[in-house]
This record gives sequence, structure tokens and C-alpha cells, in this order.
Amino acid sequence: MSRREKIWWWLGGALIVVYCLFPIAWIVSLSLKAPSDLNTGGFLPSALSWENYDLILSGGASDLFLPALRNSFGICLIATAISCLLAMFAAYAIARLDFPGKKVILSTALIVAIFPIISIVTPLFNLWRNIGLYDTWPGLIIPYLSLTLPISIWTMSAFFREIPWEMEQAAQVDGATTWQAFRKVIVPLAAPGVFTTAIIAFFIAWNDFLYGISLTSTSAARPVPAAIGLFSGESQFVEPTGAIAAAAVVVTIPVILLVLLFQRRIVAGLTNGAVKG
Amino acid sequence: MSTTTLPPTKKDAPKSAPAATTSDRAKSERKLGWLLAGPAFLVMLAVTAYPILQATYESLFSYRLTDPDNRSFVGLENYGVILSDPLWWRSLWVTALITFITVLVELVLGFALAMVMAKALSSIRPIVRAAILIPYAVITVVSAYAWQFAFNINTGFVNSWFAWIPGVGTDTDWFGDFGTSLFVICLAEIWKTTPFISLLLLAGLAQVPEVLQEAAKVDGATWWQRLWKVTLPNMKAAIMVALLFRTLDAFRIFDSIFVMTAGANGTESVSFLAYRQTISRLEIGLGSALSVLLFLSVVLIAMVFIKGFKVDLAQARGEG
Repeated sequence: MSRREKIWWWLGGALIVVYCLFPIAWIVSLSLKAPSDLNTGGFLPSALSWENYDLILSGGASDLFLPALRNSFGICLIATAISCLLAMFAAYAIARLDFPGKKVILSTALIVAIFPIISIVTPLFNLWRNIGLYDTWPGLIIPYLSLTLPISIWTMSAFFREIPWEMEQAAQVDGATTWQAFRKVIVPLAAPGVFTTAIIAFFIAWNDFLYGISLTSTSAARPVPAAIGLFSGESQFVEPTGAIAAAAVVVTIPVILLVLLFQRRIVAGLTNGAVKG
Repeated sequence: MSTTTLPPTKKDAPKSAPAATTSDRAKSERKLGWLLAGPAFLVMLAVTAYPILQATYESLFSYRLTDPDNRSFVGLENYGVILSDPLWWRSLWVTALITFITVLVELVLGFALAMVMAKALSSIRPIVRAAILIPYAVITVVSAYAWQFAFNINTGFVNSWFAWIPGVGTDTDWFGDFGTSLFVICLAEIWKTTPFISLLLLAGLAQVPEVLQEAAKVDGATWWQRLWKVTLPNMKAAIMVALLFRTLDAFRIFDSIFVMTAGANGTESVSFLAYRQTISRLEIGLGSALSVLLFLSVVLIAMVFIKGFKVDLAQARGEG
């Protein structure tokens, strides 16, 4: 590659980084503006202010935001754990065993993944009210499985297919017990795939908005995206822009941390699951 | 010049002998397979098949939650009401328009991003890769607010930055009419979902045999010819999978519209219409019928892709 060509590709890369980060920089900048600074039309705040963060973390909006944050973490982690556990068994069967149900399970996962969420919301809304699951954690965890389980099966089975399973027998030949072979050989090989799948499933659950606003009514179970989306409507403060921006930044921090720490694995998981040659 | 692809090769020979004699081993393997995969399979059915059947049943009733005593069987009347209402056709058209615009732009832009990432120098590749995952991982609601506040007449910077463009001024109200609202909604969607497409396309690019590229180069093909005759035909499977997933995903659009316009100025999508009937107006019968229609639309789109464009997902996954 010539020097000139190198500069062009470098510039292209820099452009992508700006494209990806610009809206995030904007929402961070907005969250640091004092209320009097909000409508000046500038990108950067004229003076840094932590007022919006005070408002959502300890001030008037904290009783809306903090329970929502707790709900989101709890519900998303439980939904992710359940779907990873179920997917682990399914993916093992798909990757290792020769049985005719494979195609059925993978196609079902695909159909569930493209299912319009609102078509699930409508009947659940009515059913949950009748059986007392409306506005509860299980009332969201169960439908969240429709988001997290298909992608988990899909991603994990792609990972599991690449595991050299013969190594288990090799270890047994070398004198390891079945349990030892599983624990010392298979678990370390499978763990990265399970972990990556969990991250991707968590992203998807964390992103949910429609279930969150439809199947909850109070801060008993309402997750953060729904709470932010309804800030303007239901809370008392006059100008919710700053509070929304600060809340948006807070919920973005966990996903950005995950991306920075595990970017290579996430890319592998996303592309493995969908396209594989 | 025709397109250039390598002849299809048998990926792997059949693993087991023809199953004319189902051995005990095969039988027990089948049993174990279903035992392990069964729970996941049942849960998937429970959270989708059951609700859609319930919705189908409820769509046959005239039923409002605020007036539960007057629940009565009306057959297909709800569907008649919806299909003869311009509101449904309008939201269907808006949804189709958003889907078409965003998927088209995302495909072109995503391909450009994938090309840059494929060529990016190893020194900056991790930075580019981390950056590209951020729009994917950011919550849709957050992205929608970021774009909404940027274009907002009071809090935004767009009007003052782009005042030099004819038609844009400090008093431009982007959310004041249909066209400009739709523009900002599409922009937000494109920003958020292009990275996902570009990652799928990047994986597809990696599958294009290097030998073919070299051969075309030796034969004197220009960059443009190589793109159209070698690169694209060889990554058709990846492109189709990306298209299918994004089209169906775009068709469900709800979050951005809820946040940015709440359906004002005729920007209501089908999902939003169904949401409003069920959750806001508590019209369970009508809302259920809308849900069923939306589901059928998604099935129709998927069928068109799989039958019409011959998207073979198994082949794309290397299982063919």
C-alpha cells in the first residue's frame, strides 16, 4: 500500500469513529448543561454543570430513575441467565448430536427473532392483568426470553460447532474421568462462547422499550428505557431535557464498558451467529 | 463479462450412513437431542406461538377493557374495520417507506464502512471496531433522544450549525411536518443500525476468495468491475441475510417514533398504531386484529425474501 493510500484508509477510519461517537458526545455534552444553558443552540455547554445528574441520582427524579435502573439490571440479568442456560443445552445438542430436530429448532429461533413484538404485547397485556403478572419482574422476564433466547441459541450453536470435541475423548484416553474431561477440557473451550452470547443477549434485553412501557405501570418493574421515555409525560419537573440526557448517559455507560472490554468477542459473536462460511 | 464465483463445493460429506437402519445409537442420540434442546424449544413456542394464537382468538371479539361486560363475538368484523380505515393503510405506507429508505441507505453505507474496516490498518482497527459497536449497543431510546434533541428547535445545535443551507434557519421546526420528521427518524435509525449491517457485510467480504480478486486484477479489471463482478456476487448470501434481518427489524419500528414524534404529523408506524389501540385505548379486539395483521405482514416479507430472492439461511451459516 502506498503512503497516499494509507492516509486515505486512515482518514476513512477516523471518519467512522466520528460518525459513531458524535451523537454520544452530543448527549454527554447536553447532560452537562445547566438548565439556563439548554436553549443556546451551542454544541458544548458554556459551563460544566452536574445539576442534571444530581436531579436523577439524588434529587427530584431519583425516585423514578433509581428503581428503574435496579429493575433493568435485575430483569435483564435474570432473562439473560435463563436464556443462556436453556441455549447451552440446545446449542450442545445442535452442535454435537445428529438428530432431525436441529433444523426445526434453528428455524423456530429465527422466526421468534423476527416476530413483531407488538403482536406479543397485545395478548400478554390482557393475560398478565388477569393472572397478576402485570407490572412485576416475572411479567417482563418471560417476554424478554422471546428477545434473548433465539439469539442465544443461534450464537451459541455457532460457537459450539467450532469446539474440537474430540479433545474430550483424548483426555479420557489419557486417564481423566468423564467429569474431569468435561471440567478441564470442555468448560474452558465453551466458556468464551457462552460469555459472548450472554453479552449480546444482555444488550438486546437492555434495549427493550416496548415491553417495558406496555407491561408495567409503576416503578415496581419499569425498566430504564421505558422510564426515560415516559419522563416528560409523568414527572413533575418543568424541563426534562437535561434529566433525560443525564439518564441516557447513565444507561449507556454499562454498554460502552462492555463494548470496550470485549469488542473482539462481540464482533465474532454477532457475525458467527448470522453469517458463516 | 459475467459474474465470477467459484464452483460450489460440497462443504462436508454426509456425516452418517443413510438412515435406512435406524440404529439404537441414532435413536438414543435423537432422544438426547430433544431432551437437551426441548426446553428451549418449548419456551420459544410459549412466548410467541401462544400469544399469537391468543391474539387471533381475541381479534374475533369486540372487546374493550373499559367495558368488559359488552364483550361479544363479531367474527372478522375487526379486520373489516381496520382494512377499510385509511389510518391502517397510511401507517402501513409510512412503515414501508421508512423500511425502504433506511435499509437502502444502510446497505450502501454499511458496505462502505465494511470496506474501510477491511482495509483499515491494523494499528487503528481495534479503535474502529470498538467505535462501530457503540451505535449497535446504545439503547434505541437514547439514540432517538440524542437525535431529537439535536434537531429540536429549542435545545438543538443543528439549526445554528446548518443555517447556511437554504431552507434551514434558527426557526426551522424539524418536527413540524411529515417530511422533515421522517427525515430525522430515518437518520436516527440509520445511525443506530448501519454498524450491524456493516459487521455482517464485513464477514461476507472475508469470504470472497482472494484468488478471484487477484485473477481479476491480472486480467486488468478496474476496481469498479471487480466490485460488481467479483466481490458482490461472491458475498450474495451475506448481503441477503443482512437485508432480510434489517428489513424485518425496520418494519417493526416503534421506539424512535414514540420518542421523536409520538406519531404526530402522520408519522405513525403499524407497531405504533397497534400499541395505541391496545395500550392507550384498551381496544383489545381491534388491537389484537392489528397484531395479527402485522404478524402476517412480517411473514409475507420473510416469504418474499426466502422464496423470491432464494435466501438460504442454512447455506449462509455453512450448513448447506
